[in-house]
Amino acid sequence: MATERFTRDHEWIRVEGGIATIGITNHAQTQLGDVVFVELPDVARKVTTGEPVAVVESVKAASDVFAPISGEVVETNGHIVGQPALVNEDAEGKAWFFKLKVADEKELSGLMDRAAYEAFVKESS
Amino acid sequence: MSAAPTSDQPLRHTPLYDLHVSLGAKMVPFAGYEMPVQYPLGILKEHLHTRERAGLFDVSHMGQAFLIGPDHATTASALEALLPADILSLKPGQQRYSQLLTDDGGIIDDLMVTRPAAASDDGRLYLVLNASRKEVDYAHLAGRLPDSVKLLPAPERALVALQGPGAAAVMAKLSDVAPRLGFMSAANGRVGDLDCHISRSGYTGEDGYELSVAGEQAVELATLLLAQTGVQPIGLGARDSLRLEAGLCLYGHDINETTSPVEANLTWSIQKRRRIEGGFPGAGRIQSELANGPKRLRVGIKPEGRAPAREGTEIQAANGQRIGIITSGGFGPSVNAPVAMGYVEAAHAKSGAPVSLLVRGKPLPAQIAVLPFTPHRYARKV
Repeated sequence: MATERFTRDHEWIRVEGGIATIGITNHAQTQLGDVVFVELPDVARKVTTGEPVAVVESVKAASDVFAPISGEVVETNGHIVGQPALVNEDAEGKAWFFKLKVADEKELSGLMDRAAYEAFVKESS
Repeated sequence: MSAAPTSDQPLRHTPLYDLHVSLGAKMVPFAGYEMPVQYPLGILKEHLHTRERAGLFDVSHMGQAFLIGPDHATTASALEALLPADILSLKPGQQRYSQLLTDDGGIIDDLMVTRPAAASDDGRLYLVLNASRKEVDYAHLAGRLPDSVKLLPAPERALVALQGPGAAAVMAKLSDVAPRLGFMSAANGRVGDLDCHISRSGYTGEDGYELSVAGEQAVELATLLLAQTGVQPIGLGARDSLRLEAGLCLYGHDINETTSPVEANLTWSIQKRRRIEGGFPGAGRIQSELANGPKRLRVGIKPEGRAPAREGTEIQAANGQRIGIITSGGFGPSVNAPVAMGYVEAAHAKSGAPVSLLVRGKPLPAQIAVLPFTPHRYARKV
């Protein structure tokens, strides 16, 4: 069973078997609008929590995607580079950004679960 | 997309505010107004729709004003003292693009100047100015105009633009006057049963019209236009990407009080008589730039990859030397690739020349490009 968490920067993270899959939330893609460009990290890059790791750009603006947790990049989603609109279509599913080998799962405790994230979005809008 | 510095004053609404909200627009602060940045269609589709069919834009935040003098020659001469376009030779109903200039030849604002078509309006000029600059412009004009010419701002008027290849057919159904107007000409006329000032002009590179109407009739006009086949409401987001692809300047980004019209590659808007005679603010600098070439020039920039280069991005020559800066940049939906414009040292302003753009610390390959990115499709002959 995967553990799902969310950040205040509107990333989602799902951890299963020591591997975290990371993307931006559906709320984030709505705010960005039509996504036209995605830049992903190199595989094997070591990242620390809060570090800008990927870039997502819409017609109007560029945003960083931050590492929600420390670890090593083990896989990236080439589909969203070739087809950035996928981020608008399925942000929390097919349009994941990258996978990390998690350094320390205890870091997850600082993140929000879905109910807390939804409350956070409601509060900040 | 940022406009005027925001102050503590409450944001103003145009007469179409409630209509925007009811259409599901996302409203954002812009130049002191709360304006629609996009509707549910989204920027990308709004942009493409405007290039394929017709888009309706609320530009009521822009400044509309009249200069009123005893006769055309007096009013035109007074305005010619403040900008480099030939206003004296405007025929009734003819419109020109120009720039109010500082005494150093920098651009205070860019604007449209129309000599009204009606003989009864002789001695009047109709101005359309940027929302973010209108108060500065009015103060400047009021301080510089001779006693014989009065400035009359018209904040009670709304302004909408109908742009795109479908605009002509829509307007032909609703107006007798509109089909007779060629690009950059204007006349009073009815649209449906509403009295408007109709001009064939715009800010998208497409054929289209700008319609000035009494504020209290703006909702009726916009509703009428939106009811026509193929017309969608379009927000400021697509307005920005459309004008960028069309190579048109955005004040405060591509032009400001330090850039001259020659540097901004707007030399085409300075007619021959004015180039020779001068007689406008900053004429010394501008005539010297015309004769000897400017130090820097606004150019198109085409990134080779998919990464957009935004405003403020450094432009480098092949050897890594800094040669300029991006002033507008983003994704061009019709080009289906990133597009930008900016200033480079004149020696590097040759189209096709390779340059690098410093995006997130990495030099990305790009080329100096010919503007516009999408061909203008103005109705030059009717």
